Amino acid sequence: MPEATFRIKRHNPEKLDDQNGTGGDRYDEFTVPYESSLTVLEGLFYIQEALDGSLSFRYCCRAAVCGSCAMYINGTYRLACQTNVRHLGDGPITVEPMPHMPVVKDLVCDMTDFFAKYETVMPHIIRNSAPPEKEIMQSPNDRKKLDMPVDCILCGSCYSSCPSVWGEGNYLGPAALLKAYRFEVDSRDEARKERLPRFDNERGSYRCHTITNCVEACPKELNPTEAIQWLKGAAVRRRLLGRAK
Amino acid sequence: MIYHELVIVGGGLAGLRAAIEAKKQGIDVAIVSQVWPGRSHSGAAQGGVNAALANHPESADDTWEKHAFDTVKGSDYLADQDAVVQMTKDAIPVIYELDHAGCPFSRFDDGRIAQRPFGGAGYPRTCYGADKTGHYMLHTMVEQAIEARVPMYVEWFVARLVVDDGVCRGVVAYDMVRGGFELFQAEAVVIATGGAGRVYSNSTNAIISTGYGMAMAYHAGVALKDLEFVQFHPTGLLTTNILMTEGARGEGGYLVNDLGERFMEKYAPTAMELAPRDITSRSIQTEINEGRGIGGKGYVHLDLRHLGAQKILEKLPGIRDLAIHFEGVDPIEEPIPIVPSQHYSMGGIDTDMDGRTTMPGLYAAGECACVSVHGANRLGGNSLLETVVFGRRAGAAAAQYIDGLDEFGRSAAVGEEALADVRDRVRSLANREGGEDPYAIRAAMASTMKEHFGVFREASVMQAGLETMMDLKARVTNVELRHAGGVFNLDMIRTFELEGMVDVALGIAAGALARTESRGSHARTDFPERDDANWLEHTLALYEPDGGPRLEAKAVGLGMFEPQERKY
Ligand SMILES: Cc1cc2nc3c(=O)[nH]c(=O)nc-3n(C[C@H](O)[C@H](O)[C@H](O)COP(=O)(O)OP(=O)(O)OC[C@H]3O[C@@H](n4cnc5c(N)ncnc54)[C@H](O)[C@@H]3O)c2cc1C
Repeated sequence: MPEATFRIKRHNPEKLDDQNGTGGDRYDEFTVPYESSLTVLEGLFYIQEALDGSLSFRYCCRAAVCGSCAMYINGTYRLACQTNVRHLGDGPITVEPMPHMPVVKDLVCDMTDFFAKYETVMPHIIRNSAPPEKEIMQSPNDRKKLDMPVDCILCGSCYSSCPSVWGEGNYLGPAALLKAYRFEVDSRDEARKERLPRFDNERGSYRCHTITNCVEACPKELNPTEAIQWLKGAAVRRRLLGRAK
Repeated sequence: MIYHELVIVGGGLAGLRAAIEAKKQGIDVAIVSQVWPGRSHSGAAQGGVNAALANHPESADDTWEKHAFDTVKGSDYLADQDAVVQMTKDAIPVIYELDHAGCPFSRFDDGRIAQRPFGGAGYPRTCYGADKTGHYMLHTMVEQAIEARVPMYVEWFVARLVVDDGVCRGVVAYDMVRGGFELFQAEAVVIATGGAGRVYSNSTNAIISTGYGMAMAYHAGVALKDLEFVQFHPTGLLTTNILMTEGARGEGGYLVNDLGERFMEKYAPTAMELAPRDITSRSIQTEINEGRGIGGKGYVHLDLRHLGAQKILEKLPGIRDLAIHFEGVDPIEEPIPIVPSQHYSMGGIDTDMDGRTTMPGLYAAGECACVSVHGANRLGGNSLLETVVFGRRAGAAAAQYIDGLDEFGRSAAVGEEALADVRDRVRSLANREGGEDPYAIRAAMASTMKEHFGVFREASVMQAGLETMMDLKARVTNVELRHAGGVFNLDMIRTFELEGMVDVALGIAAGALARTESRGSHARTDFPERDDANWLEHTLALYEPDGGPRLEAKAVGLGMFEPQERKY
């Protein structure tokens, strides 16, 4: 039976007073046997069930759509459920929480700021006219503009990877701005000036320096950087040229 | 202690919709959820949601009555027809409401919401957003809840209900991020915790779909209804049981056996691959059992290659990604190996059309509830619909109930006992020595359910399965918790879940063995016919602490449609 070695970064907030005062931060190694295929998430469950019941991580759908299990696996942002150990080469598999985020415990990071920022961009449709009796018409071409941004699963990989977020704690970050874009490009959205001031400022789109880490980090292969550049252009068109959305 | 007038347990589509409705009616409502609501299992739904919008060129004369007929026929006449009528009527405004809220449905050229054919439906009436409909609907509903400023307790695991003098008055929950248990007092509670797929080892469901919410109601004395009706989806991926949507066949995909035959011809010559799920799963299982699985093995092929790369990339991009990542197969190039997989719990907490249970103050909606609109077999696309239609109705009914109460507000006496009880439970779990491993029991339960209560059922096999389940239940009382307290304690959450799962599984087992007929998803080789004279009735399971449930019958609501033989 093949085996995989997992090297897992541990952090326990209840042990903040241990020798080095870091919350017991250390790497633990575990050996996980498997038959023909093993995802990192399956490996984590094996460890939690059979080897160390105190291990903590997030999980839900195990089919790459809920966004729970984004982690830093061998130095790359990945969804644990979607990552097969066979594709990680030989040698131990290093599993860490997404970096540059506070850690709750082990592989669980604190997403409070991430979601707070998401909420500030008015992540919902804004309509100023009365709804029609049936659906609001939308051409397939207009719908196509939504294909990319609506696939976001808010896993946080982009946010964790962005140097502008590391440098400026107030920066909204790629995921929140991608959400603003998702509504700004929706032909059904009628926001006039409501959403604009939420992203068109120094803690919003202008803080993006097109480093494109987010594009690389995204497990869904989305492009927040491009969306943010569009938002900058849209703001200029609206503020300076007085255009409607 | 935390107080809200209304507590909603679960932030999937049903819970969110219930919360939004109660909020609209001026109720102080909060959601308590094990995962951030946008991560709920609703987001994994792929194929679409049914409503007789008549947008498809071939469905110009579709109506809610036809949708109702298809649903009742699909249910093998076990659905309550008044509830089905309500749901199929409401479907139309509910889909428009979702569109107005920004849900990114796919579009026809004329700008209207796109629809595709689905199994068991007389018309193409399944509205979809590519093959990610659940993800789109769920995010839209989260956005609406945020706009409505519904407070959300995220990553709180609800451990039990608070019942005071026969009335539901709140819940006790574990705060996963901060650690510790907390009492939520409320005037009413809506359970919206989703399905119980994980009591089977071969489920398409999320890992958190354990049926724990059903068990909470059950343990509090509320009946679970029709648990024996478990849907097996025809097309789960061979190695992981991850779903390949029915939409793949709706777009024209074939099911093929080892001989290269489209075998559905033998079983459903008219509907072919778009026969309802119970019939299609049985057909696949029969092919496998008779040695015509691929290479004689236990699977068949879902072949999409003839659809061409463009259609696959446009209409089924999610399916393609899943097949590549999880099965190593690109459907553009190769057929996909699939097996029937546990998919949906038709049964659940016994409710009326407004989500009311028999306990005052307790409501349920979504997959954890059984209204029943799905009867013995759910049609694809009717479950997403159920979550929003009955989530809304349950939220409204709970709001109305709260408005009608004479006495109100926090009360020092309510719930402290329940809180102490949960803390004791953890302490005693942790103090047991040399006890049972919860994960060994979980694995044994899940494979027993798969092997003994699967697509085809027979008395002696089920009897043996039931006995195993009784043993497992006895073993659960000896489970030892290796790791108590603290934050994000998966060991504790998963042990709690196990205690609920075993009872739900026993309910499925007992109901299946008792029902001596074949109806919808419940297919008995020893009783192959439907028996309306004796069994056109719901099963109610009532919890008994020692052993299996007590079973009772409940009448089915008939009405518009007379039971007939099902042919497709
Ligand atoms: C892969 C897949 C594809 C599907 N595709 C379709 C489709 O195309 N069309 C269709 O109509 N149906 C489909 N279904 C079925 C449908 O998606 C589900 O029945 C429906 O989404 C269930 O929604 P819900 O709101 O009831 O529960 P869920 O979305 O499962 O939400 C449950 C909520 O309860 C919370 N919860 C659970 N237990 C606790 C607890 N103890 N404490 C606190 N919170 C708790 C969870 O955190 C979660 O927020 C599909 C199902 C699957 C598995």
